[in-house]
Amino acid sequence: MTSLNKHNSIVIIGAGHNGLVCAAYLAKAGKKVTVIEAAGQVGGAAVTREFAPGFKVSACAHVLNLLDKDISRELQLESHGLSMARQGLSTIALGKDGEHLVVNGEQVDGKVSGADQLALKEYRRFMCRFAGVIGKLHNRIPPRFDFGNRNDLIQLGKLALDIRLLGRDDMREFLRIAGINIYDVLQENFDSDLLKGALALDAVLGTYSGPRSNNSVFTALHRLSGNTGGAPGALSLPRGGMGAVSEALAAAARKHGAQIRTSSPVARITMDGDHVIGVELGNGEQLLADTVVSGADPKTTFLGLLGARHLEAGFAQKVKNVRAKGNAAKLHLALSGLPEFTGLRAEQLGERLVIAPDLHYIEKAFNHSKYGEFSAKPVMEIVFPSVSDTSLAPPGHHVMSAIVQYAPHELKGGWGAGKPAFTDVVLDLLEQYAPDIRSKAVMAELLTPQDIEREFRMTGGHWHHGELSMDQFLMLRPVPGAAQYATPVPGLYLCGAGSHPGGGVMGSAGRNAARAILGKL
Amino acid sequence: MKTTELKARDHFNHHVYPSPFYSRQEQANKQKVWSRWADYLSVPAYYDASLEYFSARNSCGVFDLTPMVKHRVSGPDALAYLNRLVTRDVSKLKPGRVGYAVWCNDQGQVIDDGTIFHLSPGVYRVCSQEQQIDWFMTSALGFNVEIVDETHDVAGLAVQGPTSCAILKKMGLQGVENITPFGMQTFAFEGTDLAVSRTGYTGDLGYELWIDPDHAEVLWDRLFEAGKFHGIRAMGSEALDLLRIEAGFILAGVDFLPAQHAVRPTHTRSPFELGLAWLVDFKKPVFTGRRALLEEQKRGSRFALVKLDIDGNKVAHDSYVYNKDKVFAGTITSAMWSPSAKASIALASLNTPHGKPGEELLVEIYYQRELKWNRVMAPCRVVENVFWDPPRKRLTPPADY
Repeated sequence: MTSLNKHNSIVIIGAGHNGLVCAAYLAKAGKKVTVIEAAGQVGGAAVTREFAPGFKVSACAHVLNLLDKDISRELQLESHGLSMARQGLSTIALGKDGEHLVVNGEQVDGKVSGADQLALKEYRRFMCRFAGVIGKLHNRIPPRFDFGNRNDLIQLGKLALDIRLLGRDDMREFLRIAGINIYDVLQENFDSDLLKGALALDAVLGTYSGPRSNNSVFTALHRLSGNTGGAPGALSLPRGGMGAVSEALAAAARKHGAQIRTSSPVARITMDGDHVIGVELGNGEQLLADTVVSGADPKTTFLGLLGARHLEAGFAQKVKNVRAKGNAAKLHLALSGLPEFTGLRAEQLGERLVIAPDLHYIEKAFNHSKYGEFSAKPVMEIVFPSVSDTSLAPPGHHVMSAIVQYAPHELKGGWGAGKPAFTDVVLDLLEQYAPDIRSKAVMAELLTPQDIEREFRMTGGHWHHGELSMDQFLMLRPVPGAAQYATPVPGLYLCGAGSHPGGGVMGSAGRNAARAILGKL
Repeated sequence: MKTTELKARDHFNHHVYPSPFYSRQEQANKQKVWSRWADYLSVPAYYDASLEYFSARNSCGVFDLTPMVKHRVSGPDALAYLNRLVTRDVSKLKPGRVGYAVWCNDQGQVIDDGTIFHLSPGVYRVCSQEQQIDWFMTSALGFNVEIVDETHDVAGLAVQGPTSCAILKKMGLQGVENITPFGMQTFAFEGTDLAVSRTGYTGDLGYELWIDPDHAEVLWDRLFEAGKFHGIRAMGSEALDLLRIEAGFILAGVDFLPAQHAVRPTHTRSPFELGLAWLVDFKKPVFTGRRALLEEQKRGSRFALVKLDIDGNKVAHDSYVYNKDKVFAGTITSAMWSPSAKASIALASLNTPHGKPGEELLVEIYYQRELKWNRVMAPCRVVENVFWDPPRKRLTPPADY
């Protein structure tokens, strides 16, 4: 069966946040857009779902820190129901015996020296400044290193100018640290192990890297680089969980006329000769389209849905070599009540808690994953969203959502036996900070990278759709030849986190892709 | 030296292997000079390169092509794989047929050229000048295909020249005369299979023989016995080089730089720039290099590989080519005095728009006479036809010489 009039129609694969953003902008421009989603609900990795009766959680991404303010404004997300349960979360670095640090932007409370207090102000200053250089790139279509094109040259010139405008000293510092590791930079600036640990966590969250891995300064900068309208890197919890962001985006897209079909997995992208003509669904249904836009990750798009044989060999090889090894697990706890963390007041559980006591601890945690093991002592980012959003749990009950690292996609011995063992390791660790947490846990759900890969259809379970690092950024993301959202295959575009500017619930990839497509249609 | 034997041996201690024909080559090699071709010892000239050249043109020359890199490509996707790999349409190559092909990188620059043998339905042999297993495996992503380097497991002899068919018939290959150009047939021979293809690198009537290395020596002996009164002679790579230039065949590493060896991206060549447009089939929806070649077709090529007929008798080795106003137009890639054409001939890579048939140019030739260097600006012209193209090349069955 063939549906859709091929003429002037666009099919978007995946109703993740980027696919929805892309759909909304294309529909707003008058295009006939159909979004095809495999899951039963929209959102991709920005979803809220029940994991125990009456308990809901943001199943993958769980904190909002990068959503582009232009997108929020242009698509009127607030009028489509998006509101924040909590904004400007502090970060509480959990220490031994209740000696915690509370970090809020450039402020830190707790046992740190005056020198560290001052150092944090300076660190925050230059990191936010440098992040600004990267942030300016987010809403631009990456230039090519093809010096025949005037626009590409202008874009490259703008980047050079932005770096130069940092001034002599900051420019030197930017160029010195942008490619190096966060370990060295933090050692240069701070004394407190706990503070360094907390700051380093932001550099390695969701990545296949430790504090001493190169590029870890870059990932820290990327986290601060969002055009959110608030303080750089400020953390928010949407009311109703991350799914609320997707629901608002879907409502905006529908309002502009986009069709969204859920529970419709795409089996393959269909070709006629050398160009794309649509998609075939899992049930055999053929959808014809002039343009197919994939929000799926690059490996799924090119090697899975399209097939390497439809690509030239060198390009296929580049896609194969995209680094996308997920190394983060997700832990969800359904709780009969709020656990007691030693040294924390109950309302402080509404903030973001991190377990990353020092740099060596994180590096050692990462070491395991290099050899196919999970961390014996993991690092964690923990939130209790139900503290500020009662809709997520039954009255008096709570949910905990945590990112747990490191958990390699390919575990020695497999995740079958590894999953219960790792869950125990994580709960044991939590008990050191909250002795009653096990007794309050009604139900625990651990999503390994393989679970994340399966549930959210992301190769390697990598929630950025490919490692976010300098070798896979800007005109190199996902690979040269597909970094401007158009791909080598006529009619096929990318709009997901695998494209510039990458992951985090930002939406810029979807918006840039829409601009690239509208520029060409 | 078969692959299985190689694995069993301390092969890393061997820098170069003797060919399976080595015992016979050693007797025939009066010069006692050896060269290296890929993994093997090869003979530049057994006795005299000119004599060997004339044997191939006037009777029969035999050349050991075992060192040529050979790959076996099989599996359900073999055809689809080859069609994505090379620029021509392999689906037109029926079982028992052989085709010349080039393959490119994504930039449409030639990685290598070679011949594809459709051995049996869905099973192919790809012969190439350069080691290609890495690129072939890279290209295999997404295809259900098996690719094996079988260089060491197949011994090969080129039997070239007007008496070649008569010799093979006399050796007992009944019906060999019915093989058409670029056809192949398998014969029972000394308890094994002998594959004979009507192919070669000389531009003349000729065959290539493919056999299990264990039967290499008996093949050599039977062949030379049969050819005793047909002017058969072993020939080396120097003679072959003269033969192939007359035939207008290009050589990787000489007439073009294989793309994967290039440090400077502008030094490579596309199929169009090697005069191989006839090998590029844009009707295929995808092959590696297609997009770049479509672009090139629109934009125009940078170079043209041409045949030059040069006035005088000086050989234009490594020469510059100029236009009539002595402005640089390109360089010679291969040159020789052609005894058959009685002319100084050459292959040249010219900057476009030079290279149109009939174009008059100048070649700056430096030559020595009794240790004194001389220079001549020899007029030359671009010619369309190859310098050696006898009708017997195409005739089936060939005349009995």
